[in-house]
Formats: sequence, C-alpha cells, structure tokens
Amino acid sequence: MSDSATADRSRRALLAGGVGAVLCVAWRPACALSDELAGALRGFTGGAPAREGKVNFDIAPLVENGNTVPITVTVDHPMTAAAHVQAIAVFNEKNPQREVISCRLTPRMARAALSTRIRLATTQQLVAVAKLSDGSFWTHTVDVVVTLAACIE
Amino acid sequence: MARTLIHVPTTARKGEVLEVRTLIAHPMETGYRAGADGRTLPRDIIRRFACRYNGELVFSADLYPAISANPYLAFSVIADASGSFTFTWEGDNGFAQTESATITVT
Amino acid sequence: MSGRGAALAVLAALLAAAGTLAQTTPAPKRSGFDTMSAGVQAMQRDDQQNPGMLWVADGEVLWKTIFGISFSCAHCHGDATKTMRGVAARYPDWDKVDGRPVDLVQRINLCRTRYQQVLPLPPESVEMLGLEAYVAVQSRGMPLAPSTARELEAPRERGRRLYEQRIGQLNLSCALCHDKLPGHVLAGATIPQGHVNGYPTYRLEWQGLGSLQRRIRNCLSGVRAAPPPWNSLEMVELELYLTQRSAGLPVEAPAVRP
Repeated sequence: MSDSATADRSRRALLAGGVGAVLCVAWRPACALSDELAGALRGFTGGAPAREGKVNFDIAPLVENGNTVPITVTVDHPMTAAAHVQAIAVFNEKNPQREVISCRLTPRMARAALSTRIRLATTQQLVAVAKLSDGSFWTHTVDVVVTLAACIE
Repeated sequence: MARTLIHVPTTARKGEVLEVRTLIAHPMETGYRAGADGRTLPRDIIRRFACRYNGELVFSADLYPAISANPYLAFSVIADASGSFTFTWEGDNGFAQTESATITVT
Repeated sequence: MSGRGAALAVLAALLAAAGTLAQTTPAPKRSGFDTMSAGVQAMQRDDQQNPGMLWVADGEVLWKTIFGISFSCAHCHGDATKTMRGVAARYPDWDKVDGRPVDLVQRINLCRTRYQQVLPLPPESVEMLGLEAYVAVQSRGMPLAPSTARELEAPRERGRRLYEQRIGQLNLSCALCHDKLPGHVLAGATIPQGHVNGYPTYRLEWQGLGSLQRRIRNCLSGVRAAPPPWNSLEMVELELYLTQRSAGLPVEAPAVRP
C-alpha cells in the first residue's frame, strides 16, 4: 500500500472518529453501549468487533406495558447456503439478567427475522446482534422507555 | 400438555415463503419474583424451542426469563418439500412438548 | 311547608333529576382498542398472535367435555358457534330461578351446579376462563346489546350509583377518571374511557386472560379500596351499569389490553 493511501486512510479515520465522538456526545449515546450491555455483547461475539448496521430492532420507543413488549428483529442480509445469518441474539441493560433470547438460523429460512414478546423491567437500552456466516457481527441498539401500569393488582 | 397454537400453511408451492407462528401457554416464571409469602418463586421457564422440517433443524432459540409468559415465536421458512414440521419446547421441571404440522408442497 | 321551603325542595329535586339524567358517559364512545399502539392492536386483531386464543382453544375442548358423571355443555347447547351467538353480548342478565342478576361467569357456574350437577369452577380458574372465552368469542364483532329485562333496571341503577361514588383511600370514583378524564395520562398510561366490550381480556400486565371482575378489582386496589367478595351482588350490579354504558361498541373478546 502506498504512503499517500495510508495517510488518506488514517486522515479519514481521524475525521470519522472525531465526528463520531461529537455525535456520541451530542445525542443520547445509543452508539455507546453501557458497560453491562458491552459485556454481554462481548460474551456473544467472543471479543470480535461488532458494527452498527444491517440489523433492524423494531420495538416501540415507549412501551405500554413492560410485561409484554412485542419485538421484531430483522437482518438485511440474504439467507443462502453461501451467505446467511447464523444467529441473532438480544441483550438488555437493566433486567435481572442480560440475556433475552438467542437464536440459531439456517439457510432454509426465508428471511433473517424473528418476532417475539419480551419483558422489560424498566426504561433501558437494548441491543440486537446478528452473526453472519462470514464471521462478522452487526448490531442495532435501541433506547426504550417503560412505564408501570397505573393500577396494579 | 400445555395448550399450543401453531400456524403453518397446510399447502404451498415450492419456493414459497411460509410464515410460521407459534404460541404456547406457559407462565415463564422468572425466578426473580416474590410470591404472596415474600419468598422468591422458583424459576420455571421454557428454555429451548426448535423447529424441524422433515427432520432437519431449521430454526432454534434459547429462551430466557425475559421472554413474556405464553411465549410467541414467529419466523419464516422456505417451502421446499412435502412432509412435516416438528416443534419442540423444553424447559425447567422436565417440561417437554412436541407438536407437528403437515404440509403439502407442489 | 313555607313558599321558600317548597321552592328549595323543587330546586333540589330538579338538580337531583338533572344529575341522574345528565349524560356523563364520554361521547363518542371509543373502545380501548383505539388508544393502543399498532403492535398491541396487531396482537389482538390477528388470531394467530392473540394469546387469548389459547384460552378459546381450551374452551372449545371443555365445551365438549363431560364433567363428572353428568354431561357436557354441548349436550344441551349443541354447536356453540350457532347457539352461543349473541349470548355474551347480552350479559349480565336476569336469572329467574334465583331472582337476581348474574354475569356470564356466574351463569356458567349455575349451569354446572343446577343441570350438570358438578361443583362450580373457582373464579379466574383456567377452566372457567376457557369456557368464558369460548362463549364470548361467539359474539365477537356483534354490538354489545345488554339485556332489556325489566327486573334489571333497579340493579343497574344501583350499579350506576356505585360507579359515581367516591371510594377508597384515594377517594376517587370510576366516573372521575373514566367519564371526566379519558385521554389524559396517569403514570405514563393513557386513561381509557373504561369500556367493557373486550372481556375476557388478555391483559399485558397480567400476562394472562382475566374477566371483567378481575379488572374491576384491580381498579379498586388502585384507589386503595377493599374489594367486595368474588361474585358479590354489588359487582354484578356494577357490571350491569358498565355494560349499559358500553352498549353499541363491538364485542372484541378476547381483547388484548395493556
């Protein structure tokens, strides 16, 4: 690789890092996982890097009831024998334990997508992570507000 | 035997997308909740779900206490051959249940 | 009586009459369905997703089950999809034998004790909810059409007074929140008009199916009032008024609600 190309790349990386840092500070840090979530994610990826993208974690930003929250996780990626999503997992930040669900997918599935209903103890951050057959990991982090029902039994 | 509701089309054309929806009646007791006497209720959840199509594993999931009671799982499968789907749920206290559905693929 | 006393008495009577005639029920009537998020609405609308259908499936089996040494519901009532149409939309109704109003749950238990000669099912038991859900779903889509039996007028009026009475340590009445304040937000939850067209309901909070009585008891706990015993007359009278208040809304059983 030529010196100028390397210099270009590192200049770009510096700019991207700087802009990224500004963004993370200016917005609610959805791009910065809390320590709890980061740890759970590391457990799933085995330390491999995970990038935001490809995954869409569909969940209401304000849930009506934390006991039963419908969610759908989809990964924008083909499901062929050569290239497919191998696994999808969801982790939470403030429930008594981090894991929510962990799935294994196969190319016989039509789409890399699953729907289920989960419990959320309180307002918190959640992350959905997908493992592709090429070994890469992709995530989508969301912030969810959970209120308690007004009249509990 | 817990009540289940499974929806898989009974007929399909080869290559068609099958929307599979499963519901099973189960309290999914988290193991973190206190009972009326103040003592923590022991965990009693479904821990694993698996879907097999003509014997081959197509989709499986490990469930944790964060999954709501009466677990609902929906996913999609490509119809490639006539035969049967087998759904299994396994969990605490020896919980084990199997349901099947047949499909004709033309 | 002096002239002024008589005038005051007439004024008081007029005010009292105006109080009873005043239409405090919110108009137009809006089912709780309308205020839910799209995800929860989909959960109710789609039978493949609606957890209440688990109980309906239970009820379908129980309908044909012979309890003890007697006979099944189907023995007398045949095909529920035909014979039970409109039944849940009409209840609570008047029971001529015992001379009192009964709701659907009590009606099912009366069938068991009077005709099937078996023990009544405990409140909110899996079997009772299954049967209740199975009967109620046969009225799905039909407008709530409370029974017009004349004997129900007085109990319904007593139910209305219960609805408007301040109760509990928080000293609130049903009317205060559900007639005057629907649409406002209480502890992050939108106050609904409080209609009863969706029972038995799968409540996300319960993560299970429950009858109207269970929901009312929740409200009573909410205002820190001691709930009356299960299946008490007051509860049925309140249900009578609530059903009249919700008349016309389509039956949504088994509904899904937060």
